[in-house]
Amino acid sequence: MDAPVVITLNGKSQKVVADPDRPLLEVLREDLHLTGTKFGCGEGACRACTVLINGQPTPSCITPLSAVDGQTVLTIEGLGRDGKLHPVQEAFLAEGAFQCGYCTAGMIMGVAGIMNANPGASEAEVMAELQTHICRCGSYVKYRAAVRRVVGLTQIEQRRA
Amino acid sequence: MKAEEVLDFGPLESFGYDFGLSRRSFTKLLGGGLMLAVGLNGKAPAQESGQRSHGGFLGTGARNLAARIHLGTDGTITVMAGKVEGGQGARAELTQAAAEELRVPASQVQMILADTELVPDDGMTAGSGTTPRTVPAVRQGAAAARNLLIGLACSQWEVEPAALEVRDGRVVHGTSRRALSYADLAKSADVAKEFEQAIPSGVQLTPVKEWRVMGTPVLRPNAREIVTGTRQFPSDVTRPGMMYGKILRPPSYGAKLVAIDTTRAKAMKDVAVVQDDQFVGVVARNSSLALDALAELAKTAKWQDGPKQPSSTELITYLRQNAEGGPPQNPYAGELAGANALRRTYYVPYIQHAPLEPRAAVAEWSDGKLTVWTGSQNPFGVKNELARAFHLPDGNVRVVIPDFGAAFGGKHTGECAVEAARLAKAAGKPVSLRWSREEEFTWAYFRPAAVIDAEASLNAQGKIATWHFVNINSGPNAVETPYSVGKKDCRFVESKPPLRHGSYRGLAATANNFAREVFMDELAAQAGADPLEFRMAHLHPTNEDPSAGTPAARLRAVLEKAAKEFRWTERAKQKRIDIGVGLACGVEKGSYVAACVEVAIDHQRGKLKVAHICEAYECGAIVNPANLLSQVQGAVVMGLGAALREEVQFENGKILNDSFGKYLVPRFDDVPGMEIHLIDRPDLPSAGAGETPIIVIAPAIANAVFRATGKSVQGLPVRVA
Repeated sequence: MDAPVVITLNGKSQKVVADPDRPLLEVLREDLHLTGTKFGCGEGACRACTVLINGQPTPSCITPLSAVDGQTVLTIEGLGRDGKLHPVQEAFLAEGAFQCGYCTAGMIMGVAGIMNANPGASEAEVMAELQTHICRCGSYVKYRAAVRRVVGLTQIEQRRA
Repeated sequence: MKAEEVLDFGPLESFGYDFGLSRRSFTKLLGGGLMLAVGLNGKAPAQESGQRSHGGFLGTGARNLAARIHLGTDGTITVMAGKVEGGQGARAELTQAAAEELRVPASQVQMILADTELVPDDGMTAGSGTTPRTVPAVRQGAAAARNLLIGLACSQWEVEPAALEVRDGRVVHGTSRRALSYADLAKSADVAKEFEQAIPSGVQLTPVKEWRVMGTPVLRPNAREIVTGTRQFPSDVTRPGMMYGKILRPPSYGAKLVAIDTTRAKAMKDVAVVQDDQFVGVVARNSSLALDALAELAKTAKWQDGPKQPSSTELITYLRQNAEGGPPQNPYAGELAGANALRRTYYVPYIQHAPLEPRAAVAEWSDGKLTVWTGSQNPFGVKNELARAFHLPDGNVRVVIPDFGAAFGGKHTGECAVEAARLAKAAGKPVSLRWSREEEFTWAYFRPAAVIDAEASLNAQGKIATWHFVNINSGPNAVETPYSVGKKDCRFVESKPPLRHGSYRGLAATANNFAREVFMDELAAQAGADPLEFRMAHLHPTNEDPSAGTPAARLRAVLEKAAKEFRWTERAKQKRIDIGVGLACGVEKGSYVAACVEVAIDHQRGKLKVAHICEAYECGAIVNPANLLSQVQGAVVMGLGAALREEVQFENGKILNDSFGKYLVPRFDDVPGMEIHLIDRPDLPSAGAGETPIIVIAPAIANAVFRATGKSVQGLPVRVA
């Protein structure tokens, strides 16, 4: 049965009237037309559908809408600010770190979640998150280079501060 | 075009949907039981299907210059090509091709790919064909347009072409400092007529040494949209009033629907049910609702099992028993008595492409005209499939292929497009259909399994005297040996595939090169020779200059490079049961590859880990080094999956490992230390590189295991327990 759910979505309050048992991924894509978050498997095994829920990287394909009522959700569409790319997006772009690009948004959200929570996160900490993600094109070497770039950049920025 | 270049990539037999006059829909899939593929018998696709010229493997090309290039009076440059972008880098390379010849920066070229209404039919995106065929075709068109610009300047200024230079999109007369742009060309009165002419085939292309845009690491033009999530993949396409569909699948291959009660599903709010003989589907205002309706339907469906089929554990026997004409005998059997001979049988299982974006399509009908957005490697082939299924004239179908979430040879077909169109027709609204991961694992096609018989004898000098090599079921790619041997008999024979099989990255070359290279190591061991030296001794003539362009010289060059960088000779000396090194090489589709690997074996736990891969790869003149590196790295990773874990298991017409939780593809921690050496050969034509780098990974790993343990590896995935 449809019910109202309110989320803070990409920085704005968003009311959705939908069946609360539906996967968050489906509601994002089909009701809110935020298609940057992708379906890969439907069982949380590939993480193409990663979004940040209260800052935490989470597979939206196995998260029911009801679980995010009153919570904060960030998708790839909300990651950049004022037309500027998030540093993680910059790093992935600079390394050309993708082939088909279908897993890329999930990878970026995974890395951004770790880095936002802990700007001093190590490469190993970020890679532990990415171990749950699949890139079937096998762009892992370039993805890791992007992670190194973002970890390095963040550390440089911290030293400057 | 040599015949072997078009082998194996013919369109698969489709699901056989027919929603028109005969109402025999789905018969091939369900009524017929087995799903058979065509295209492995070496005939060109057009011969097999007898279909219209559009949608064939090679396509028809651009009928005139206007079909390839559009110059706007505002200075915009639009280039059209029938290839698709599925992550392999066609968009960047084709953009570079046009930019190079037009003498403009890559950023100035707008590239339209794979919209059947707008682009020429450049054939399927398959068989590593974009680089050797479509890149030159686009260059020819662009160079012809540049020549028109020069011609315009010559006639306006009454100067000789030699006095002119084209740079940054303008033709410039050095002495008078006059200039004309492509926008000026577009405004000239005669240009439209010129663009109606066929593209002259003899147009002079820019020599490699003068390349400015080609040969450079141009990033994919829509890269920013990828990292911001704004690029619309086929599953992201949204149309006004669009509904979401689901298809009722049989519980097993060959099962036939004998009864179904659609009443309850039809009574659901915002749901429509479509039944057309064996085809049953639903549309609803969202996917969850569609799944609910599908569950209602499934409860009432009665199925009749199809004919009994073999399971994956019985495949070796089954494929051999069903080999056409029986497994061929060794014609040199009479010479083997008392000879130093070796006989082996190798096995390669079915595997899945498992592209991360499953098959997806959005279909929309408007005034009897059908438009479908979908992910496929064969835009014009899908158009044919749709026209056939719905009995539509060619002009009433439009297929658009947005850049999509990968294929690896697994998306030659348009079954999802046809299904979406059938649902949309019934719903009277646009419908989005995206297959689930389980559907993709079950109803997409597979890389064929293979049984390979190999038998060889060595002469007194330890050289191969006779060579008998037979691939059963998976295809003829790379079945011929690149080595010089005394007498040889290399063959492919068809069998009766229990699963619907089709193309794959490198297709049968993955099986044939695996078997051959593993067999070569066993023969080397029998001859008491080092595997590297044994190979070199069989690449004739052995005294050739390494820079020669002959196949043997090119293969030797990659082997030498990989071995040198890996320090093969030194590392091969160490004898440890828990660490092994191995190498393999191969040639396919005009490019050359060799790899050395080191593996670590945990005998107690029966685990195998690849520690280091050093691969050398040569595909002629490199068009885009960054993209090439991605392709090689990706092929190595995909090769690791097939070498170590991937194997489709099935029983009673059901796939047993139909999810990423059960079918384990490579992840980050599987990636070994990876060293890729790209050998640029500006003196040789550019070959496509999406496939060949994969064919050495499995055999190099198997050879490393053989070297460490002394036990020969005869099947994939490689197991150490």
